Amino acid sequence: MLARRQAPYDVCIVGSGAGGGMAAYALTRAGARVVMLEAGPAWYASKNSQMLTPAYATPRRGRATHTRPFGEFDACDGGWEIDGEPYTRAGNTRFDWWRGRMLGGRTNHWGRISLRFGPEDFRGKTRDGLGDDWPIGYQDLAPFYDQVDDLIGVFGSKEGIHNEPDGKFLPPPKPRCYELLVKKASDNLKITCIPARLSILTQPKPGRQACHYCGQCNRGCQVKANFSSPDVLIAPALETGRLTLLTNSMAREVTIGPDGLATGVQYIDKETGEDRHVAAKIVVLAASAFESARLLLNSKSSMFPQGLANSSGVVGKYITDTTGSDVSGFIPSMIDHIPHNEDGVGGMHLYMPWWLDNKKLDFPRGYHIEVGGGLYPPGYGFMGGIQRFPGRGGYGAKLKEDYRRYYGATIGFSGRGEQIPNDKCYTEIDPNVVDKFGIPVLRFHWEWTDNELNQVKHMQETFRALIHEMGGTPFSAMPTKEQGYGIAAGGRIIHELGGVRMGNDPKSSALNRNCQAHDVKNLFVADGGPFVTQANKNPTWTILALSWRTADYIAQQRKAGAL
Amino acid sequence: MSDEIDSTAASDAASPDASAAAKPVSRRAALKVLGTVPVAGALIGTAAFAQQGTPTQQSPQLPKQTHETTSPPAEGTGKNPPKNQQKPAFFTAAELRTVGVLADDIIPRDGRSGSATDAGVPAFIDFQMSVPETSDDLRVAMRGGLAWLNTESRTRFKKNYASLTADQRHQILDDIAWPDKVKPGFSQGTAFFSRFRDFVGAGFFSSAMGWKDLQYQGNVFNPNWQGCPPEAMQKLGVSFALMDSRIPPDQPTG
Repeated sequence: MLARRQAPYDVCIVGSGAGGGMAAYALTRAGARVVMLEAGPAWYASKNSQMLTPAYATPRRGRATHTRPFGEFDACDGGWEIDGEPYTRAGNTRFDWWRGRMLGGRTNHWGRISLRFGPEDFRGKTRDGLGDDWPIGYQDLAPFYDQVDDLIGVFGSKEGIHNEPDGKFLPPPKPRCYELLVKKASDNLKITCIPARLSILTQPKPGRQACHYCGQCNRGCQVKANFSSPDVLIAPALETGRLTLLTNSMAREVTIGPDGLATGVQYIDKETGEDRHVAAKIVVLAASAFESARLLLNSKSSMFPQGLANSSGVVGKYITDTTGSDVSGFIPSMIDHIPHNEDGVGGMHLYMPWWLDNKKLDFPRGYHIEVGGGLYPPGYGFMGGIQRFPGRGGYGAKLKEDYRRYYGATIGFSGRGEQIPNDKCYTEIDPNVVDKFGIPVLRFHWEWTDNELNQVKHMQETFRALIHEMGGTPFSAMPTKEQGYGIAAGGRIIHELGGVRMGNDPKSSALNRNCQAHDVKNLFVADGGPFVTQANKNPTWTILALSWRTADYIAQQRKAGAL
Repeated sequence: MSDEIDSTAASDAASPDASAAAKPVSRRAALKVLGTVPVAGALIGTAAFAQQGTPTQQSPQLPKQTHETTSPPAEGTGKNPPKNQQKPAFFTAAELRTVGVLADDIIPRDGRSGSATDAGVPAFIDFQMSVPETSDDLRVAMRGGLAWLNTESRTRFKKNYASLTADQRHQILDDIAWPDKVKPGFSQGTAFFSRFRDFVGAGFFSSAMGWKDLQYQGNVFNPNWQGCPPEAMQKLGVSFALMDSRIPPDQPTG
C-alpha cells in the first residue's frame, strides 16, 4: 500500500510510553496534528489484560516465557533479549537492556511507583560536588506534577518531607498485615516509613473505575484503575481526531533538510517490510532513553557526523540505572496465618523513603525501600525451596501441613537507589552489528563504582536488620564485596536515564532546559533521555511531568510562530 | 460495602473459622465454592452488585474476561489434561509412573484435599519439562534424578521405586529429603529431590485444588479493601494505630 502524499504532520512522536503518550495527549489537546510511531503492536489493558486469570487456567501456571519475562499473564511483550534485536557489551560489561515492544511500553507492566523528584534531586552537584545540576529545578516541574496527579491519579499521604514533595493524593489503602510488622520494625530502627505513592485510583476518575484490589496491576487493568499510557493518554488523544497512530513501525532515523532542521522520521513498516517516511514539522523522540540516543547516533549526516543533535558529543553518555538489591526472610510470627484476601493493590501499601544524612555515611545519595511478601497468589514457583525455612524439608503429610503453615510467612525488601553518572557508563553504536532491520545496534559500557557498592552494602545491612527486628532470619547470607554486595546488574532495574542529557551549555549537553535539542530547534526528547541524574526515586512521574512541560513549550512556540 | 456482598459464598470462603479448615472437603463441595468465587464475569447481573456504587460512580462494572474458562476447570475438563488421557510430552510411560508415585509420597491425600496426582501434578511437571524455557540441563537432571532413584531402589530392595512398598520408599526418602542432614553418597539424590519437591509443591498448590487447600482468597473483585483483618492484627500484635506515628527523616531540609 503506498502512502498518500499529504502535508507534513505538525508533530511526529516516536514511542508511546509515558513520555510519548503524555506528549501526544498534551499536543493533540493544543490543536496539533500528531503522528505517533510505535515499534510494537496495539495493546490496551482495558481489552487485552489477563487480569483475574487464575494460575490454574493454564498448564504453565503463570510461568515466564521468552517474550514475557515477568510471567505469562504479565502485561509485557518484550524483555532484555528480543529475537532479531541484539545489542552488545564491551569487555566484561554486565548490562542488560530492557525493551518493550507494544503500545504503551513499560507503562503496561511497571510497578506504578509514582514519586516526585524533590528539590535536592535537581541540585546534587551543588550539594555534594558529584554529577551535575539540572538546568531546571523542582519549581519548574511542580505545576506539571500537579497536572499529572490530577489527570492520572496517585494515592499517598501528605507528609511534609522536604525532599519527598507531597502530591495531590487520593487516599492510600490500609496496610496489609506484614506491612504493619514492617512499620513496627522501622519505628524501632528509626527508619521513616510512610504510605506508598502509587498511580492506582482509590477513587474513580471520569471513565476509570476505582481499584478493586486484585493485586494484579502488572497484568494491566481492565477497568483502567491504574496508569498505563494506552488507556489513559493515547485513547483520549485518539478521541480528539488529531492523532494518527502507526503501530508495528520501527523508527530508523530522524531525517533533516538542508537547513539542518528535522523533516520527519524514516521507519520500517514491520507488517510489509517497507521502508517509509513520515514528514513532520517537529519531531519528539520518546522511544525510551537509550533508543532515543540510538536514533540520534544513527541519524548521521555531513552536518552531524557524530549523530543528529550531537555536536556536544554527549549523546550516549552520562547514562545511569537505579541501583538495586534485595533480601527476603522468614518471619516466624507469620506462621499459621489467618486466611484472608491479602491481594490489595499491585504493589506495596507502605514504603521507606530515603531517611538518612549522607554526610554521616560512606556513600553519596540515597535509596528508598520497597516491601513485599505475604500471601502471594500460588503459581509456578510457589514456595520453592521449603528446606530454606529452619527445620523444614521432608515429604508427606507433615510437608503438606508445613506448606500450609508457612505460606505467607516471608517478607522481602528491595532497595532502589541513586547512581551518580560516571565516565565508565556510556553507550555507543556498535561498529559491526546491525539488527534484523539493518539498524546499527548499541554497544554498552558499564561499571559500578564504590559509590554504588557502598550504598548497596548499606541496603543489605538495613534489610537484614529489619528482618532481625521482626524476629526473622534472612534466606541468604550477606553478599561479599566480590559479589558486589548483591547489586543487580545494570539495566535490571529498568530505570535507564540519561544519554541525551539537558543542560544550559551546548558543549556539555544535547538539550536545553526545554528538552529542545541545542543543535536542532524542532527536535525534542521526552522520555528518560534528558535526565541529568537519577534520584532515590523512580523516574516515571518525572518523565510524565517533564514531557508535559516540553509539550506545552512546543505548543507555545508553535503559537508564537517560532516552530 | 453492602451486606449482600458479604453474604455470597465467596465471602464465606473469605473468613472460615479454624474448625472449617479441619473438616474434610468433598470434591462436590470444593467445586461448588470454587464455582461461585467471582472470577471475572461470574456475578454479572446479581442484585448485590446492582446496588453498588457511590453517587459519583456508576455501578462497578465487573471486568470482562479474556480467558476461556469462567470457573476453574473441573478435573477432566479445561486446559489441564486429565491424568490418564494425555500423551506425555517429556516423560516415558515408566518415568511418569515413577513421577506419580514419588509426587504422592511428597504430597499425599489427606483430610483436607487430594494427593499430588489427584491435582494433576505429573502432567504439570511433564508440561514444564517440555517447554523451551526449561534448560536441557534441567531435563537431564530430572531424567537422571529419576534414574538415580531407581538405581538406589534396586540397590536396596531389588525393585524400581514405583514397585516398592511405602515403607521401603520412605527409607530412601529419609536419606534425600533433608538437605541439612545429607550422608555421604546422597548429595546428588538430595539435590534432585529438593528440586522435584519444588515442582510438586508448585504444581499442587497452583492447582484449583491447591488454592482451595491453602484457603487462598485473592484473585477476585474486592472493591472494599479494609487492610489487615482485626483477628490477624491481634494475632501479630499490631494495629492501624502504628500508622499514626512517624519517624522523621534525618535529612537536611534544603
